[in-house]
Amino acid sequence: MRRQLRVSVACVVAFLSVLFGLPVLNYLAPELMGRQVLGFTLTWAVLGVGFFPAVWIIAWIFIRYSIALEEREWREVAAQEPNAESRQLQD
Amino acid sequence: MTIDPWVIIFSAATVIATIVMGFWSAQKSKTASDFFVAGRSVSVGWNASAISGEYLSAASFMGVAGMVMSAGYDALWYPVGYACGYLFLLLFIAGPLRRFGAYTIPDFAEGRFDSPLFRKIAVIFVLFIGFFYTMPQMKGAGTTLAYIIPGMPYWGGVLLVGAVITLNVALGGMKGITLVQAFQYWLKMFAISVPVFVLMAVYGHYGTQLAANGPSLEPVSASLASPGYRAPGAGNDQQAIRKPLPEKAPSDQVWLAPFGPLTSKAARAAEVPAEKSRPFALLYTYSLIIALVCGTAGLPHILVRFYTNPDGVAAKRTTMWVMILIGVFYIFPPIFGVIGRNLLPELYAATGAKGTDKIVLELPRVLNEVLPGLGSLMSGITCAGAFAAFMSTFSGLLVSMTGALAHDVYGRILRPHSSQQQRMRMFRLGAVILGSGAVVAGTFVEPFQINFMVGQAFAIAAASYFPLLFMSVWWRGLTMKGAATGMLAGGLLAVGAISLTSFSDLKWLDLGWFWTAHPLLRILSEQPAIWAVPLAITLMVLVSKATRAEVPADVRMKMLVLHAPEKLGLKQEYIQEHAAPTH
Repeated sequence: MRRQLRVSVACVVAFLSVLFGLPVLNYLAPELMGRQVLGFTLTWAVLGVGFFPAVWIIAWIFIRYSIALEEREWREVAAQEPNAESRQLQD
Repeated sequence: MTIDPWVIIFSAATVIATIVMGFWSAQKSKTASDFFVAGRSVSVGWNASAISGEYLSAASFMGVAGMVMSAGYDALWYPVGYACGYLFLLLFIAGPLRRFGAYTIPDFAEGRFDSPLFRKIAVIFVLFIGFFYTMPQMKGAGTTLAYIIPGMPYWGGVLLVGAVITLNVALGGMKGITLVQAFQYWLKMFAISVPVFVLMAVYGHYGTQLAANGPSLEPVSASLASPGYRAPGAGNDQQAIRKPLPEKAPSDQVWLAPFGPLTSKAARAAEVPAEKSRPFALLYTYSLIIALVCGTAGLPHILVRFYTNPDGVAAKRTTMWVMILIGVFYIFPPIFGVIGRNLLPELYAATGAKGTDKIVLELPRVLNEVLPGLGSLMSGITCAGAFAAFMSTFSGLLVSMTGALAHDVYGRILRPHSSQQQRMRMFRLGAVILGSGAVVAGTFVEPFQINFMVGQAFAIAAASYFPLLFMSVWWRGLTMKGAATGMLAGGLLAVGAISLTSFSDLKWLDLGWFWTAHPLLRILSEQPAIWAVPLAITLMVLVSKATRAEVPADVRMKMLVLHAPEKLGLKQEYIQEHAAPTH
């Protein structure tokens, strides 16, 4: 459980820094963020289009790690004793 | 404007198909357990489509476009929040909740703390959140019917759609099974994307359209000053066609840049100078983000769907696909808003059902100038999508609210020994009562934007259910009293604050003078998530510490069930057949 939480927290920190960082950038550096890219302003390009793929990548990384972690936990428990129910996981 | 046959045909077909499929699926799933469990054999792809289909309501389909058109950049936070809230769900809640084997949040509340009392407390927020969520769907219905049938008053549309769906739910239809909901997603996706591609092919692409608002803008509208503007075929031009903006429209700079009309409204009303209003707008933005991101994890009608996953791993995979499916969807509505600003600016001048919320429906009609009939066809397609959006969401909400009322409030609190038949009758009666309530409330909300109202429902969910789920899943020290105090305080204060601003906007309460004197309080009260979520979590921690002796005795086992992989064989199906909603 603790290792699962660590993965979750790492992902959420990445996500929140993008999510909460964008308004700060808009606030502190309006000229930079107002620059035009193919007709979009940078702010609009980031929030209206680019944000979604970034979140998909975080989600994908999380799922890979967390499923691998579950596999490992299960193998560890299975290796130690066949009667898995009686054992308590490290938490 | 006369009735457009294409629009009528598509809309009627959607209504009939939705009702027929509802009854067909209700027949296929006889028991409540069928409704939930039968789907467990369903693949991740179908399941993700079904969740997305349930999630995309009138706010996503009509509201986002309308709000981007009226408020510009700031409104983009809504689609981003709607889609990215699923990341929170994925990271902290989806897998553990599925493992726990409870179907609904009240089920989970009871099972996690072994407390039937807590279940009764938790169930009231199903009703609160559901109620706040149905009002924007009603606005969508009223707006769409007022568009399709010119001359129909707004309340007429609300009444008609509300009555049809309520009757349908009361008769037992509309118990959307996975297949129907999945179909709904693809219908909405088709209906939003195809007209966008056609519009962009004719009038110029997203970037070109957006650039028309840029600072380097030449007076393009000079050649279009006459109402019959330049013949289309402008797709290859560098500059998009643009009609002159009416006076009520926000200026280009304000519309395109962050901290625009939406987030700085309270500060402007208080006549705070422009330079000093930016911190207020930043605060508003943050509070909105918190509401949307946390609120997704607390929506009662969405979480139910996660139990159709076979296990926690599949629940996580499904969430990932949901994020992709709805993320792709949300690229499109803002394009309607941007093109709408250029081609249909007259909507700025109107309010209520005639305002920007109908841009998705009306914009495709401009294509009639290129090829008569094409615009009507495309408009018919978007109308069909709108019907699919508010009908499916309204009936889904009505089913879960009525289930809570009949099953929890009546079956457990008022008459614990009622027979199956009595509960069935109560379900029907409950559907009629709640449906009528939603219709009545729906007729009052015409001045509010669809998207804004859904955001309010999210804020309530964020302040009540999100802290409950998050803390119950990850903190073993939580007690029932702690959880209940936090959830009630956060949730009820959020409901109160939101109602206060809404009532004063409707002029039922004369608070305008107060808000202009205290713009900060206005923001905190209109978007309460930024204080309500931390408040709920803090109270949960403090009260739990004070009542430490009451931590459930088997909390270790419960945490293990929540977090251990299924392969260890710890999974238990907490809710058995008898406990599932009775209808």
